[in-house]
Amino acid sequence: MVTETDIWQWLEDVKDPEVPVLSVVDLGVVRSVNLLEGEAEIIITPTYSGCPAMQIIESGIKSKLAEKGLKKTTVTTVLSPAWTTDWLSENGRKKLKEYGIAPPENEVDKSVLFAKPTIVHCPICNSENTKMVSQFGSTSCKAHYQCNDCREPFDYFKCLR
Amino acid sequence: MQRCAVSIPSNIAEGSGRNSEKDFLRFLSMAISSSFELETQLLLSLDLYNLEIDNEPDKLHTLQKMIRGFKKNTGDLISNVFCPKVSSLKRMNALATYTLRIADDSLILGHRVSEWCGHGPILEEDIALTNIALDLIGQATSLLEYAAQVEGEGRSSDDLAFLRYEKHYTNTLLTEQPNGDFGKTIVRQWLFDTFRVFFFDALRHSKDKQLAAIAEKSLKETKYHTKHSSEWVIRLGDGTEESHQRAQAAIDALWRFADELFFMNEVDQELIEQGIAVDLAKIRPLWMERIQHVLSESTLRLPENNWTQKGGREGNHSEHLGFLLTEMQYMQRTYPGMEW
Repeated sequence: MVTETDIWQWLEDVKDPEVPVLSVVDLGVVRSVNLLEGEAEIIITPTYSGCPAMQIIESGIKSKLAEKGLKKTTVTTVLSPAWTTDWLSENGRKKLKEYGIAPPENEVDKSVLFAKPTIVHCPICNSENTKMVSQFGSTSCKAHYQCNDCREPFDYFKCLR
Repeated sequence: MQRCAVSIPSNIAEGSGRNSEKDFLRFLSMAISSSFELETQLLLSLDLYNLEIDNEPDKLHTLQKMIRGFKKNTGDLISNVFCPKVSSLKRMNALATYTLRIADDSLILGHRVSEWCGHGPILEEDIALTNIALDLIGQATSLLEYAAQVEGEGRSSDDLAFLRYEKHYTNTLLTEQPNGDFGKTIVRQWLFDTFRVFFFDALRHSKDKQLAAIAEKSLKETKYHTKHSSEWVIRLGDGTEESHQRAQAAIDALWRFADELFFMNEVDQELIEQGIAVDLAKIRPLWMERIQHVLSESTLRLPENNWTQKGGREGNHSEHLGFLLTEMQYMQRTYPGMEW
């Protein structure tokens, strides 16, 4: 008998296509799982409005649950409450760092113009001596940083609140 | 003559089997032509061979009228589907009209900014502008889906994005202005972003749950956009002689369109009373204060001429929108209903 706990477990295998080290559960885009008479409804929320990964995530969830024998899965997208980086799990933060992406520091980039950007720890050498290269990185959710000590460029999963 | 006679129903059948209404009309025309051809041959053979027949030419005339009538009805139907009358804008309910305005600003500006993809002055800016375009188009998607839903006419968000004519877009003139140089793109973005931050911040408290949710989501991204464009306005204005001159030229060219961001009419009034829409008159002073602040940091100034230009909200656009739509709608117009 399939339970909601099983489904949460299986969703750990569905990865974010743009940060393949994170599952959709780590990322916090899966809001809830409802199971009724063998049919599942998964509620998801986008990280950014224009996130192109949402469709792939949706089909990833469907095919994973079909593979596990569920006869029908609906995926519903909700916008509220809006996703913030607080939805990222502790486990997700750890995986990000191991993957070479700096996890969000718990501070939103200040809206004051030309304010010093948030101090971000280098995911490779842990130095605080890093600089922001660009507020916008390889995907909507990341900014582009460089470490002044080990000189490595890296992605920062920017804080969204 | 037999060939002509067979050709009449064959063309009608073949045309109706085509997947495009335009093709169908073309085949109906051929059916009519064939009936005329048959009529001529019939009249000629009556003369040449001194034949006596009853009322065959009259029957043909009736047939021709029937095909013509059918063709006209089909044609009317098609022009209504592909080019809805302007009054259909008026028929939309207030909530759909209001949502569509917000959506159109995001969609058209998103498309404009996306034109920078691969053409940014430096790699970081190429990526930044493309990300901003992506956010705007993402907002447009949520808004168009909601507009289609509250319109309740069975149109999809894609129909609204790709199958309307120029006059049915209600974006502000500012958003459709060409990119120009990087300075002009940045100034356009800055005027718009600064407006959008205050707008979404107010719309978050809308009594309409879905608009409030979209605003909540969009506000977070728009804050990043505003910081980006405001910092660039200061860098360019307070930069080199050339960057200053270009940024100033952009302000001189675009300032006339800023006023329209605060356009309101009976649609807004109706929805403000219901606690759904934002009273733009209230956020205008906040916007102006922020604009003035960035301007003074940037050493740029507003033009002395206060002439303003508007029309976009009511479907009267500058010549630039048509060209933009030609490119944006190309795929859906060429292959209607295509998906991938």
